[in-house]
Amino acid sequence: MTSLKKLTGAASLIALAIGLSVAPAMAARTDINVGMVLEPPNLDPTGGAAAAIDEVVYANIFEGLTRFTADGAVVPALAHSWDISDDGLSYTFHLREGVTFHDGSTFDAEDVKFSLDRARGDDSTNAQKALFADIASIDVVDPKTVTVTLSKPNGLFLFNMAWGDAVIVAPETAADNATKPVGTGPFTFGEWVKGDHVELGKNASYWGDAVSLDKVTFKFIADPTAAFAAMMAGDVDAFPNFPAPENLDQFKADPRFTVIVGSTEGETILGMNNKKAPLDNLTVRQAITHAIDRQAIIDGALFGNGTPIGTHFAPHHPDYVDLTAGSAYDPEKSKKLLEEAGATDLTLTLKLPPPSYARRGGEIIASQLKEVGIGTEITNLEWPQWLEEVFKNKDFDLTIVSHTEPMDIGIYARDDYYFQYGDADFKKIMVELNDTTDPAKRTELLHAAQNKIADDAVNAYLFQLAKTGVADAKVKGLWANSPTQANDMTKVHWDD
Amino acid sequence: MTLYLLRRLLSLSLTLVAASLVVFLVTEIIPGDPASFMMGMNADPSAVAALRNEMGLDQPFFWRYFDWVWGLLQGDFGRSYTYKVPVAELVSARVMVSLPLTIYALVLSTAIAFPAGVIAASRRNSPADIAVIGVTQLGVAIPNFWFAMLLVLAFAINLHWFSAGGFPGWDAGFFTAMKALTLPAFALALPQASILTRVMRSSLLDTLDEDFVRTARAKGLSRSQALWRHALRNALIPVLTIVGLQFSFLLAGGIIIENVFYLPGLGRLVFQAISQRDLIVVRSVIILLVFAVVAVTFLVDIAYAIADPRLRRHRR
Repeated sequence: MTSLKKLTGAASLIALAIGLSVAPAMAARTDINVGMVLEPPNLDPTGGAAAAIDEVVYANIFEGLTRFTADGAVVPALAHSWDISDDGLSYTFHLREGVTFHDGSTFDAEDVKFSLDRARGDDSTNAQKALFADIASIDVVDPKTVTVTLSKPNGLFLFNMAWGDAVIVAPETAADNATKPVGTGPFTFGEWVKGDHVELGKNASYWGDAVSLDKVTFKFIADPTAAFAAMMAGDVDAFPNFPAPENLDQFKADPRFTVIVGSTEGETILGMNNKKAPLDNLTVRQAITHAIDRQAIIDGALFGNGTPIGTHFAPHHPDYVDLTAGSAYDPEKSKKLLEEAGATDLTLTLKLPPPSYARRGGEIIASQLKEVGIGTEITNLEWPQWLEEVFKNKDFDLTIVSHTEPMDIGIYARDDYYFQYGDADFKKIMVELNDTTDPAKRTELLHAAQNKIADDAVNAYLFQLAKTGVADAKVKGLWANSPTQANDMTKVHWDD
Repeated sequence: MTLYLLRRLLSLSLTLVAASLVVFLVTEIIPGDPASFMMGMNADPSAVAALRNEMGLDQPFFWRYFDWVWGLLQGDFGRSYTYKVPVAELVSARVMVSLPLTIYALVLSTAIAFPAGVIAASRRNSPADIAVIGVTQLGVAIPNFWFAMLLVLAFAINLHWFSAGGFPGWDAGFFTAMKALTLPAFALALPQASILTRVMRSSLLDTLDEDFVRTARAKGLSRSQALWRHALRNALIPVLTIVGLQFSFLLAGGIIIENVFYLPGLGRLVFQAISQRDLIVVRSVIILLVFAVVAVTFLVDIAYAIADPRLRRHRR
């Protein structure tokens, strides 16, 4: 042991000597290793829903007409400006000059037409095809101008065009984007060692502000313990969605690291099957919402990170209404409501997908429901099983899931959606909202929609999922929030 | 010997046919649709249908089975649903991690086990023997993932000698790649070496009690001469069996270690493919592993024959 100590001592002395002689000459680092839990199945954001795809390519490799900023605002990207006709039906986009794809070809209006037509076409495999549903036609005016005509006004159209699923691709390379993505962004695709990492390089001929990083390597580490070790050993410089919340305090206490806590678009709900007895009874659903102590779930399942919500809307959104008081934790009231509904001795199935918020949260919710006399049968499911049993076949009473798409309150207007709400009055609000472009009127309608689903206790609204990341203290410019699932590297730099 | 080999070959092929049918059926039965998994919760049903069509999932069951088997016979493993690259490409990249790791671990484990087993057996009940028994008992008892975490803690987090995990690829250079495999190989080798040492020791002790060793001793050979010339070779059969089993186990079963060290190996590929319902990858990898296991068993059978000439002469 002594000799080992001597040896390491000597080694660190040598390292110190080398470090000292090199340090003054060292400039700020221009490469970064970013940890991700899941590996993307492929790198084509227009052909799959996996969040990991956008986490690699959004804003880095691919860009759309508009884009999200770190705080969720929609700003110009490949279109530098646009005109909207008075009836709200036609959008004329003015495209940027001097933009080229990574293969050297020029970006122009034809590419825009191709990309949007491809996304909305009959054989489209775009996971968010609904984003393009209102497009009636796309007309190329000249190489730098394109007009999109909608079949009905859509107040969210510019927002929709900022999604990763709406990025602009080139006709020549679109088919190979899954394995060799070619976009217009500030980083080019380097290599992909499957199962280990994806490497991006700097795009020297980028149209916008030059990025300070020369190389970005996304490393895929699924195991929470391994993620912790990789951060501690310095193999990874930043882990924007760190999978082990239980270790965050340790990183907070360590000056070498910063812990970044931000918001996501993930409304986490206790989903209820609104068409299945006894949950088709409003009183029973209300009883369940009052049986749940949101803060206890946030503390117990997420180590305190998360914001309670009372409706299906993101708290950081300016139009959010805090409705948590209407479904406050009140077991006595819950019991009374159950009695009123004649629903005693209830046993409900609770089907849980894999994320820890669901599995840990499920145990806590089960015990909270037990307090008011509702028994639960917990079943743990993998995602494909969950999609089959719960999402598609609606064979469930309760489930816990985080809805991570931004501004997705519209799902409550779908008849066939898994919680089976599809209320006529709510649909009316949504139709009106889509036809409205006046901001004040839109706010009013969004408030009405939030109130409606909270009053109807469609689901029990739990919390907004937090984004908890860990990074080397010298890494700056990472997104704290997650307005869309992305690791935008364009502003990231090392601070030395 | 030829007849023996032919019979082994026939049973090998039958095993493969049976396995292909079972694998296909089982992956067919498990709930979950790869297309709906890929498209997520907001997907438009028409887009999911388009994707199912693109992946050929709307074809009838038998057609897909024969299509798959026909492809396999021609060396075509199909195309991954999710990665959208040929399965063969995917698998060969993973084999380039798992196979060297398995061999590395096996070399380490035999390099430890052989001398340790021989020393323990030749000096029965000596302090060296007792030490070997104690250490191997510990080695068998320690779960390898826990040992792996200790290695990471000591050599990656505290000493910074190794990375905590990951694999840079063989393009990064032979020594860089081997370095990345070193901690995982040790973590895998420890329990295997312990098992192997114990098997080696007890097998040697058994053989040392046999009549022919006594005869050898009576002819004037020293104890260690008898051990090296006569007993060792005879004691090898059970050891070879264990090495063969360990090879198969390590090749596919390293998944926990692959997770701890986030290595892109075969085990993790299968695990990932199952959770994404990338059924074509699951099927092809499993059939490949069945083939590997059957082939290794076959090779071990041949190795028996080499180690023990009696098996060659006798018609079995």
